[in-house]
Amino acid sequence: MSIVTVQLGQCGNQIGFEVFDALYNDSHCPQGLCSKRENEVYQESCKERFFSEEENGVPVARAVLVDMEPKVINQTLSKAAQSGQWKYGQHSCFCQKQGSGNNWAYGYSVHGPRHEEPIMNLIQKEVEKCDCLSGFFIIMSMAGGTGSGLGAFITQNLQDQYSNALKMNQIIWPYGTGEVIVQNYNSILTLSHLYRSSDALLVHENDAVHKICAKLMNIKQISFRDINQVLAHQLGSVFQPTYSMEGSYHYRRNPLGINWQVRPPLSGLPPLGKVSLNRELHFNTSIANLVILRGKDVHSADLGGFKDPELYTSWLAPVNAFSAWKTQRAFRKYEKSAALVSNSQFLLKPLDTIVGKAWNMFASKAYIHQYTKFGIEEEDFLDSFTLLEQVVASYCNV
Amino acid sequence: MTQSVVVQGELQGRVGTLSLAADRPVPNGYSFSLLSLIAVGQCGNQIGCCFWDLALREHAAVNQKGIYDEAISSFFRNVDTRVVGDGGSISKGKICSLKARAVLIDMEEGVVNEILQGPLRDVFDNKQLITDISGSGNNWAVGHKVFGSLYQEQILEKLRKSAEHCDCLQCFFIIHSMGGGTGSGLGTFLLKVLEDEFPEVYRFVTSVYPSGEDDVITSPYNSILAMKELNEHADCVLPIDNQSLFDIISKIDLMVNSGKLGTTVKPKSLVTSSAEALKKQHQKPFDGMNNIVANLLLNLTSSARFEGSLNMDLNEISMNLVPFPQLHYLVSSLTPLYTLADVNIPTRRLDQMFSDAFSKDHQLIRADPKHSLYLACALMVRGNVQVSDLRRNIERLKPSLQFISWNQEGWKTSLCSVPPVGHSHSLLALANNTCVKPTFMELRERFMRLYKKKAHLHHYLQIEGMEESCFAEAVSSVSGLIEEYKQLDATLGTPVEDLPRLSVAV
Repeated sequence: MSIVTVQLGQCGNQIGFEVFDALYNDSHCPQGLCSKRENEVYQESCKERFFSEEENGVPVARAVLVDMEPKVINQTLSKAAQSGQWKYGQHSCFCQKQGSGNNWAYGYSVHGPRHEEPIMNLIQKEVEKCDCLSGFFIIMSMAGGTGSGLGAFITQNLQDQYSNALKMNQIIWPYGTGEVIVQNYNSILTLSHLYRSSDALLVHENDAVHKICAKLMNIKQISFRDINQVLAHQLGSVFQPTYSMEGSYHYRRNPLGINWQVRPPLSGLPPLGKVSLNRELHFNTSIANLVILRGKDVHSADLGGFKDPELYTSWLAPVNAFSAWKTQRAFRKYEKSAALVSNSQFLLKPLDTIVGKAWNMFASKAYIHQYTKFGIEEEDFLDSFTLLEQVVASYCNV
Repeated sequence: MTQSVVVQGELQGRVGTLSLAADRPVPNGYSFSLLSLIAVGQCGNQIGCCFWDLALREHAAVNQKGIYDEAISSFFRNVDTRVVGDGGSISKGKICSLKARAVLIDMEEGVVNEILQGPLRDVFDNKQLITDISGSGNNWAVGHKVFGSLYQEQILEKLRKSAEHCDCLQCFFIIHSMGGGTGSGLGTFLLKVLEDEFPEVYRFVTSVYPSGEDDVITSPYNSILAMKELNEHADCVLPIDNQSLFDIISKIDLMVNSGKLGTTVKPKSLVTSSAEALKKQHQKPFDGMNNIVANLLLNLTSSARFEGSLNMDLNEISMNLVPFPQLHYLVSSLTPLYTLADVNIPTRRLDQMFSDAFSKDHQLIRADPKHSLYLACALMVRGNVQVSDLRRNIERLKPSLQFISWNQEGWKTSLCSVPPVGHSHSLLALANNTCVKPTFMELRERFMRLYKKKAHLHHYLQIEGMEESCFAEAVSSVSGLIEEYKQLDATLGTPVEDLPRLSVAV
């Protein structure tokens, strides 16, 4: 089952490159810590997911690169080709000359409709190359104009055109202290639109990854490249193949199979304000968790801690809320590695902060003229605020 | 019809942070978003000339293989000079002959003629020039009304021609002074023309404001009349103070001449001197000042021309720094000005560069942003600077700056990998800050002193189309602007409170 990646904007394209590079390097890693046959099956599975075959044997990433200005795509293509090991498709890019100006409205209302046809055609071509499409992985930032606005538009289109395929958006949460001044506006518009058309939002916060680089990796002068590589490493460890139910040699066919779209039952909601005395108050409550283990001793690892009912909501038992995927094949030479994907309250505070800041700015009407110029009106903002306040409240009451 | 570009994937050649398209075949039909410089009047053209000199040298330093690449194409056309007429444009391959994407306008011939006889003569062709001989007599009305109507068609024609050569024009840069007649009058007339003819292209204006001791008596009239036009038809204005430029040059001279710390001037510096001026250092005092402004424009456009880990196009400047349409005046400060390149002093720390950018010594306009209110601030960094350096310095400087309540984290940042010539890094800070208010108030003050006495008014009123109401409207426009800044300033010092949020049913 294959995944088609759509890389949008500077951030999306820079990260996309690092992801494919990480995936390729891992799958061709000689020290898999497993048998040769095991390694081969792993490689085959990875290849089917992320790369297609080309005549001269060089794997081609199953990706579509989109940006509204040319510099980043140029760089991305050249870096990939330079490696000599994998590359992007010759005709897999869509590029314009003048960016989106950090303007969500411009990305969504102008670039979107204007370039809908060629972009969707490129995606269609990529889909046709897959024997079996599992879904889409869309990489974008929230703070800018292209990734955010055009990304929201394209995701909506994917929802309409490929309603059976899963859509997962990798969204980059900007640094708290400005990269872009209107980042909070762009973020709330992006999130509210994605909530309606995406199946899962995988979130990475720049601040959090930055901290990893600084504290855990001790990098002195942290560049965006460092940040992107950490991100790519994390994503790689989530997306690389793991065993399916049949066990060794059989890799899970549906890589996006976890049911993250868990909604609380409408009736039978626990009464609000109930506080269990046994609850560890400093844990975020999780709706669902996925642990992925790779390498040595995966089968004997003790995952009891993840099954503690205290971690979860009252309406979803740990047996349903918690999943574990495993493979003996090591990831990127790490003897043992683990990844955790979590649907929990962890995002509550950052989300609340962004909504609050955007709201304060909206009250003063600052920058609104830049959006109304391109068809995003005050009502659209209010709709976004309303939806996100509901999301905040939902997660709060979990 | 949508224009999509398909990019060839196979590449050779080195790829590093400084590499451009050197070895790469540029695909057919690939043209980039472009910038066009329009210099109006004596001051505008002198600055413009410095700019083109610096731009050429910057690109020459970066692009060593002589291939016409994307970065160069933003400011220059590549022309096969053997071809007669308009057909000579080449979109790829080796550089043949570079022509600046510029329009030079002056109602006197002196400055433009000098440019055409100087070392830059091959960079312009006569299709890009509009000149007259009589001059505007330091009279805004002559520049705006008389020459405006006289040359409107010609200007339009030349602009349309230059726009034809680009698939996508991103921005017009207009350079002029406010105190004279041509730059001020005709320059602002041009803004209206551009707005009507190219409504989607951004209009960035670099305006040199007259100092209090300006020897043109009527400069306050010219400036206020021009301000109204800037208020209404410019997307972004970078006001420049002659006095500030003069102060910067004086400081550099002082450092060089005092022989402090064994300082010597490095010959390759582009910061203050063009090659010519270096030889006749004290003969042309304006050259040093003009070079600073030229550097400003070079740095402003660097992230749009060259690659980096966090690009910033020109439309992003307007988007992030202009929260309300009228408030589009930006205070600029540039660093380094006289460290590293000009003088051999011990290398200053990277962090010092950030501190310098927020020091009044580096501002191109006299103002006090630290004691006024920031509406927004952009940091455009060039060279080997990474995101962690940016963040560390923002954290460090934030406490000493006051940002408006709804934009407490109002920073826009960009990282361009290519440093300016002769430096390892540089920083351009653009601030939308209420500190420009005193400048405008002073200007209005000087205007009123003349206007109350009706001094020299007849020179203006005798021009067809000029009435006293023009003056009244202009000063009213400036007063409106000042009032907006006053209202924002009134919020200074008030505690920042979060507003009550929407309450929703779950």
